[in-house]
Amino acid sequence: MEERWTAEQVLALAPDAASRKAGSRLSAPGPWSGTGTAVLPDDGGTAVWGLCKGSGSKPYQTVVDIAAPAYKCSCPSRKFPCKHALGLLLLWSAGAEAGVPGEQAPEWVTQWADSRRIRAEKGTARAQGPVDEAAARRRAQRRAQRVAEGAGELERRLADQLRAGLAGAEQAGYQGWDEVAARMVDAQAPGLAGRVRELGAIPASGGGWPSRLLEEYGLLHLLSKGYLGLDRLPEPLAATVRSRVGFTRDGAELLRTAAVRDLWQVLGQEDSTDDRLTTRRVWLRGERTGRTALVLSFGAAGRAPELVLPTGLSVEADLAFHPSARPLRAVIGERYEGPAPAAAPSGISVGQALDTYCEALRDDPWLDAWPVVLEGVVPVPGPYGWQMADAQGREALPVDPRGAARPGLWRLAAVSGGGPVTVFGECGHRGFAPRTVWGGDTGDGDTGDMEGVAL
Amino acid sequence: MNGLEAPWEELVTTALLGTERRAAPAAAGADDQAAALLDLAAVGTVRRRAGLRPAEAQALPEQAPRDPRPPLPTAARRRLALLLSDRTGAGSGGSRGSAPNLGELLPQWLHAARGHGYRAPAALLPALLDAARGRSDLRRDALALAGPRGLWLAGLNPDWKFALRAGPAAVASPEGGGGENSGDAERRLWEEGLFAERVGLIARLRARDARAALNLLRSTWADERAEDRLLFLDSLREGLDPDDEPFLEEALADRSKNVRATAAELLSCLPGSALAARMAARARACVALEPVGGGHRIVVEAPYECDAEMQRDGIAPKPPTGRGERAWWLGQLVEASPLSLWTERFSRSPEEIVALAVTDDWRGDLHAAWSRAAVRQRDALWARALLGAPPRGHDPQGKGPATEAASGVGAFVVGPVGTAGDPAKLLSVLPHGERALWVARFIGAHGLSEAFQLLGVCAVPWSEPLGRAVVDALDIAREAGNYPWSFSGVMGLAERCLDPAQADRVDALTAIPETDGAPGAGNYWSEVFQRLASTLRIRAAMLAELEAGPGER
Repeated sequence: MEERWTAEQVLALAPDAASRKAGSRLSAPGPWSGTGTAVLPDDGGTAVWGLCKGSGSKPYQTVVDIAAPAYKCSCPSRKFPCKHALGLLLLWSAGAEAGVPGEQAPEWVTQWADSRRIRAEKGTARAQGPVDEAAARRRAQRRAQRVAEGAGELERRLADQLRAGLAGAEQAGYQGWDEVAARMVDAQAPGLAGRVRELGAIPASGGGWPSRLLEEYGLLHLLSKGYLGLDRLPEPLAATVRSRVGFTRDGAELLRTAAVRDLWQVLGQEDSTDDRLTTRRVWLRGERTGRTALVLSFGAAGRAPELVLPTGLSVEADLAFHPSARPLRAVIGERYEGPAPAAAPSGISVGQALDTYCEALRDDPWLDAWPVVLEGVVPVPGPYGWQMADAQGREALPVDPRGAARPGLWRLAAVSGGGPVTVFGECGHRGFAPRTVWGGDTGDGDTGDMEGVAL
Repeated sequence: MNGLEAPWEELVTTALLGTERRAAPAAAGADDQAAALLDLAAVGTVRRRAGLRPAEAQALPEQAPRDPRPPLPTAARRRLALLLSDRTGAGSGGSRGSAPNLGELLPQWLHAARGHGYRAPAALLPALLDAARGRSDLRRDALALAGPRGLWLAGLNPDWKFALRAGPAAVASPEGGGGENSGDAERRLWEEGLFAERVGLIARLRARDARAALNLLRSTWADERAEDRLLFLDSLREGLDPDDEPFLEEALADRSKNVRATAAELLSCLPGSALAARMAARARACVALEPVGGGHRIVVEAPYECDAEMQRDGIAPKPPTGRGERAWWLGQLVEASPLSLWTERFSRSPEEIVALAVTDDWRGDLHAAWSRAAVRQRDALWARALLGAPPRGHDPQGKGPATEAASGVGAFVVGPVGTAGDPAKLLSVLPHGERALWVARFIGAHGLSEAFQLLGVCAVPWSEPLGRAVVDALDIAREAGNYPWSFSGVMGLAERCLDPAQADRVDALTAIPETDGAPGAGNYWSEVFQRLASTLRIRAAMLAELEAGPGER
């Protein structure tokens, strides 16, 4: 039987605040009937199901496979997971006595589980199908050519700008760079396009912008030059350049070639949303390998990304890293066990965190930050921004000012109570961006805060 | 390549001006100055980033004081997280459907959790403080739960200043605290504190040492602003004591009219006070018993003037428009007189006195004044007599007081609530069990349309007969074809106050009936009853969670 999730973990699945609220309201036994949970016979996953009384005469059939997790509900909502699935999970998270007793799965539940398994098997079969290798090679060559043309054009644009001077950039605004970004998209270099698009915002980003803009010019130049000289680079660095320019790798293929099995602890999670897409970033650390990984998952607007790995838990799974001089991004493959609760991770000092970032830069100079766990640090609010200071009050990392308005910083302060805590976050040239905190040693058995609090 | 040594600031200056105007440092002679500058910028950037060193730490915050109270049981902790996350839904209006509004349960949860002596989990403190910031009715319980760590946190964030104002009073340490120099600290707080802190100080000190509180109040009394004097005086209402009389007598001569009136009111709450005796003497001259036929009746001779002495004792000389001044003076006299005056003078019980006939249409004024006096003097005997039995009507339990007296004797008879006395206020003088029974019978007779205020004074959760009466009345309203939103006020109360044990009875009502009432009403009722039932279950669950031992799952 799976460990029951906490309400916080369930609510983290909600695609938006409205769903969270609606789901909370369905967390009482009132509208539910026929609820149950059981281990599915074939794949060993755990299903939770129930019938929820809605406005119509027929109750909605809601079922969740906890392991995947996957959801199915007969309601017409386009939110995913819908409020019924969330309510059901909340009910389940509250424990058996609250109304989800274990029992035999009804037919509609087993049918759904079967159809899911069959679909999954078909998918695997298709991925292993024959490929026209010659055609693929021709396509790859064509693309490489176009990206190289794009990189060359970008080089010329950057040089032109520096010849004329950046002083005019403040007035120029986004327009010039948006046009260049569009050119990079045409050249099939989405990585370059993304970096270029951000240049337009820098002149409006407050004092010191010329320095920041020149930094970004320098790094873009380094990247396009790197791509133009790709065949002279050692392979790991070449892979880094390719992925930064925008070449992607198929996750399934990576998993077939080089999977790393470990007990992966979930260090943190963050969702960011733009108009079309929700991006979920989940950071993991392997207990045996000590490696840190970042797994991305995407959801269309209004849908939560499918990947669910609640912070603070550990999962025994295969992970495949995207090739790079400093591998970080990974895809998750087969999961063997878990998720199970994990203790607070061990961490390093403020100075060591910067050293780690510096080490990582040596392999991948385009890294903005590197994920680290700080141990024994005290969050300090101050007139010029927050700091993460060591417990002796000597050395400190500034907190990334872009997160200054986040309510998470106050949660961090509350958990610390002025004392040292363990904090996971990203340490980079902008400072430290906290993501998860594990409670300090309050010495009075408040295990609640030991679980890891998302910030 | 000595370009590595180029100072970053010079690179930036060159980039700003443009290489057409200024050569890149350390790249003199390069063919393409711009390309050389880009090279230098790339190297410089990575160098700068790789060379980052820790900053000097700012002064660390003080550590939050330890909170020895037990943490919440795990389930209760989750519940709090849920309730706080639903908070924003409160007041959004519109149809709520059949799902319960969890935000409305937050006050009850906070109150119950505080009663258990738990401390709030640290991670939820910001949300708790935000909730208390938005709703002042939550503050007492929220701040008490937040405890010393909550106060510590509030000190770091200007958004939560309110918590510091409510101050350590709200976050009383569990042991009571109070060091040897607490007297000095109190004096300093009294002299320098914010107004709310000072009111809090007086209230706390009064509970411990009434004389000291009064001395503190006297020490600066003359210098206080009139509106502050009024509020300080009002804070004496709690735990009013004969020892307060001298101070209150002095306040009868206050510069401010409102202060004088409040002092007089408080003195009249002390039946043994000199003011009460003066009032009794005046009232005695106005109200007397005379024999008529075989029995007696009350004759009233209202005062003809409001002299300076009466005004000094707090009688307002000018009536509100539409009321005769003599009736106005009489009402105030009787209200401020000890009720024992009448039982002694007439040698009758309150019931008998209330049943007496009154001459010349004075009955309404007299009974209303007695009602106010009963509330002011917290006199249950009189309150019971003035309320009478609830008016007769359909009695759901068939064991109501079906006496002939039932529908005509009480000061509060038929017609709109509050004509003679305010029954809700009179009820508040009675013990809880009796209140609930009275309101249950009232609802049985009159339905819910006038019951809202009466329900408000009943203890939570409602007693079994009262809960039954409310549910029955809702059922009757549904069958009569009303729309449920005519009863939304009572529904909201029921969600918060009905005993969760009634959930099963409410369930029985969620079926959609075939009524010939208003179109669609049946569906709405079903939704409303569903919401009521599930709210009751959540309430039961959340209160049970608080009973569990700490850390239990």
